[in-house]
Order: sequence, then structure tokens, then C-alpha cells
Amino acid sequence: MNTVARVHDAGMLTTIQDGGRTRALRYGVPQSGAMDRFALAAANLLLGNRPDAAALEITAGGVELELLAPTLFAITGAEVPVTLNGWAVPTWQVGYGGRGMRLALGYRRGDWGARCYLAVAGGIAVPAVLGSASTYLPGAFGGYAGRKLAHGDDLHAYPCQRDPAAYVGRAWDLASRPAYRACPSVRLIVGAHADLFDAATLAHCTSTRYHIGPSSNRMGYRLHSPQALHPSSPASIASLGVLPGVIQVPPDGQPILLMADAQTTGGYPIIGVVITADLPLAAQLLPGDQLQFAFTTHAEAVAARAQLQHWLAQAAHLRPRSAAYAAPV
Amino acid sequence: MSPQPPLPITWSFQPMGEAALLVQAQPDPALDPAELAANRMVLALADLLDALALPGIEAVVPAISSALIRYDPAQLPPARLHADLRRIVARLAPVPAMPTRVVTVAVRYGGAAGPDLVEVAARLGITPAEVIRLHTAQIYRVLMIGFTPGFAYAGMLPPALHLPRRSTPRTVVPQGSVAIAAGLTGIYPAVLPGGWHLIGHAELELFDPQGEPPCLLLPGDGLQFQVHPDSSVEPL
Repeated sequence: MNTVARVHDAGMLTTIQDGGRTRALRYGVPQSGAMDRFALAAANLLLGNRPDAAALEITAGGVELELLAPTLFAITGAEVPVTLNGWAVPTWQVGYGGRGMRLALGYRRGDWGARCYLAVAGGIAVPAVLGSASTYLPGAFGGYAGRKLAHGDDLHAYPCQRDPAAYVGRAWDLASRPAYRACPSVRLIVGAHADLFDAATLAHCTSTRYHIGPSSNRMGYRLHSPQALHPSSPASIASLGVLPGVIQVPPDGQPILLMADAQTTGGYPIIGVVITADLPLAAQLLPGDQLQFAFTTHAEAVAARAQLQHWLAQAAHLRPRSAAYAAPV
Repeated sequence: MSPQPPLPITWSFQPMGEAALLVQAQPDPALDPAELAANRMVLALADLLDALALPGIEAVVPAISSALIRYDPAQLPPARLHADLRRIVARLAPVPAMPTRVVTVAVRYGGAAGPDLVEVAARLGITPAEVIRLHTAQIYRVLMIGFTPGFAYAGMLPPALHLPRRSTPRTVVPQGSVAIAAGLTGIYPAVLPGGWHLIGHAELELFDPQGEPPCLLLPGDGLQFQVHPDSSVEPL
């Protein structure tokens, strides 16, 4: 294992996340993993890593690292200003820094962007817990000793040999990313309990702009609109398995969008489920941001998912610019 | 052990997004609810799907009377998943009515360990000692784990112990609290917010992320409560 960087400023919330943990869902252990799994996969694939390798999930920017070894890195997700020893570095592109250099991420410039993924060649190395490197903060396990990163933490990577010349400058095409933007329209498939709500309530759900409430976090977003959603008749639902993307309607009528750290089961009516391909759009929002919902079909959801998989698969087959040598992971 | 006969169950399938299917088991109304038929069939389905490891199925999350099947629609089109499931449930045998493993837990009832015991007894119209006697009188079944890592929903409680959740949930429930609500009983595996009634406390570790499996109580296990000698209320 190589020590690659030391944390000088960990920002508001930076955790180690990978593709998530599905082995222990039946034991009540949430999936966790990157909120924006597309951006995580893109950062890793740019570097020749497995798409679900562990990386830093940086919430709302404001992070500074000191490189402790020559390091190939890629930063994807939210567009934030990035500098290496003060020189601007593009996001969604492979960069390379030498020992002692300072890599700094600022705050978002535009009207969207919540989470950056900072991956390094080889992938961040931490002990796996229940098959995953992801941090689950409420349970204080996984990732970096079960906690968010703090000043002075040293980061390690799995050893790998990659010719920097073959990777530096590899960039992810803007046309091959989800349609990140402010107030995205997020597509839903009708939920298991949508029939508890009348047509006017369902219409309100897709015509209003929801604000993401201040107590939103990696477990879920509390969504606020002037009009509450109430079932036509009171419902008693036995707890059932849920997953990220599920929109639950608790008794106060203000829906909750479940995200990566969501509990594995729930007992509130489910009005809709965000399609997998649009979860990255929601993942790039912070409290105070807005989103809208639109119902879609199963076929469109599968097609949208296949489109994202296609973009990722294309990148996996990218050849380094110089074929001189590039060791497999 | 002789094979279990099938149980009269109606199955329904509902999509939960494009990559998950909710499979719900509705028992025949003629069945005794105490048989927990839906839960025994759902656990059998989850175990079987795990054993079959069908390509495209990523995870199965069994709950009280349903199972959430997470799958990759690119590998396993929903029509094929539905057809496979129909074949599987048609021949599915439930897990045994008697749990094969029973975990016994000693509980300090009442007092500071169970701050709601007196109020629970008053609301149920029985004495605290009777609440304890009823709570320890049978082997419960772990119906599901959810809410938080390692939280086992066990049941069913006898009707005399049925109470809805507290109208105002507590923001902090101590680890090890033994609680009842809505016909179910459970033990808080960590310090958590919670809306169940706290009738006692048990010293035990329910969840260890380094363990395989990480939980002390598993779906299908039996759970038997015993009165700890230090209980502040003596049973009858």
C-alpha cells in the first residue's frame, strides 16, 4: 500500500465511498457507497481503475490535500475550481502531481453541484467491511475508521504501475455525462402505493418545484413544497424493503427521497421511485436546491440506464494514448 | 424433518423502479395469523433465491410479508424474472413453523431499564407483572431485520400486548432497550431515535460489522425473553 496524500483541510464532509455494499441488506445494513455512482465510475475509469473502486466523496468542496507521492488523480462530479500548487486543473480529466504538491478544491461556482469524486490510480485503500470500503457514518463503520476525513489523515492507495504519460490529460466527454443542471427534472416510475393518492395529488407531485430541506443528508432528502401529499384514505403498510430512489410520503405529507445511506426497510407509502439513471442528478443537489419530478415508463428507464452503462463501457475500453506500457489493475 | 407442505398464499409483483421488484405474499384469510405463513414463505423465497444465485439478481431483502428483489434489467428482463418467480413460488415450501435456533435474552424489566412499563400496563389494563409474564411466555419469531443494522422485528405479540407506537417518538433510546409496538417486539442495537414502548433492557451486542453474519438475531430465528434476576418488577 502506498501513502498518497495527507488531508490538510477535509471540508464540510468528505468520506471514502465505493460502489456500495449489498451483501448485508437483509441484516439492515444500508447500501451506502457514492451518492453519484456515475461520477465515481467515471473518475475510476479515467484512471484505469475498477469502476466501483473506492474514492473520496467530497461534499460541497473546500478540501486541500498534500500529495505524499507522485500521483495520478481524477476529479469528477460537481464542477468546482481545482488547483495544483495554485495552477488550475480541469475536472473530469486525469491530472498528475508530484510529492509535496497541494491539491485544492474550492466551492461550486454554478447553481448545481454537491459532490466531487476524487479518485487516485489504484484506488483508495481501506479495509473492507461487509464487502465494501464505503463509509456508513450513522453506524461508524467502513471507510476511514467509520468516520469522515479530518485534518492530518493520511490516505493510502493500492499499488499500481501506470505510465503517467499514457494517462495525463485523458478527459471525459461532456456529451457522455448525465444532464447535470440546476432544478433537474428527475424521472419516476410509479410507486407501489401510488394508488393511495388521487389524481390531483399525483399531478401536484409532478408540477411543483421541490426544495431540498435543511436536514437532508446521505440517508435521504426531505422535500418541501407548499402543498402536502396526503393519501385519499389512511394506509397501514407492513415494513417492506426499500432502496435509494424510493420516494416515501410520511404523515406530514412532505415526501422523502431515499438516497445512498437509506435504511433498508420502510413503512411509509411509496408514491414513486426515481429511475437509476437520474439518481446522479439528485445526488448533485444540496439543501436549498430544487428539483422537479416527471413520471416515466419502465422502458424509458431501462433505456436511460443502458445509455449511462454505454458511456461507462466506452470509457472502459479507452486505450491510453501511449501503448508503451500500462499494467493491468 | 419432513418437507413442509406449501401454504395457500397469493403472490403479487410490483416494480420498485426499473431495477427492483417487490414480491408480496398475501396469506389465505382462512389461515391462522399465528402461523406467520407469509413471513415463512418470504424467508423461504429469499433463501432459495440466494442459493440459486440467478444471473442478474443482485440482492434480496426479505421483510415481514414481502421480499424486495434487486436486479439488473439489462441482464434479466422483467418478463423473465416474473416468469422465473412464478415457477419458483408455485413449488415453494415455507421455512419450518418452529424456529431451528432459539436465542434466549435476559431482560431487566421496569424501572430505569424499562421506563414505559408502568404506562404500558396501565394502557393495556393489566399489571406490570402481567406484561412481563406475557412478554416472556412464548418464543417469538424474528420476522425481519430493518430500520437500522441488526434491529430484529420479532412477533407476533399476544393480542393483550398490542399497542400502537408512541405518539411522540423519543429522540434518544438507549442501546439494549427491549421494546414493544404494533404487535411486535425488538431490541435496540444502538443508541437511536425510536417510537416503541421501552419495557426493559438487555445486555448484549446485536450487531458487529466485523462479524459474519453481522447480526446476533437472524430472520427466522426464535427469540425467547427471560426475566433477569435484577428486574425491578417481579413477575407473578
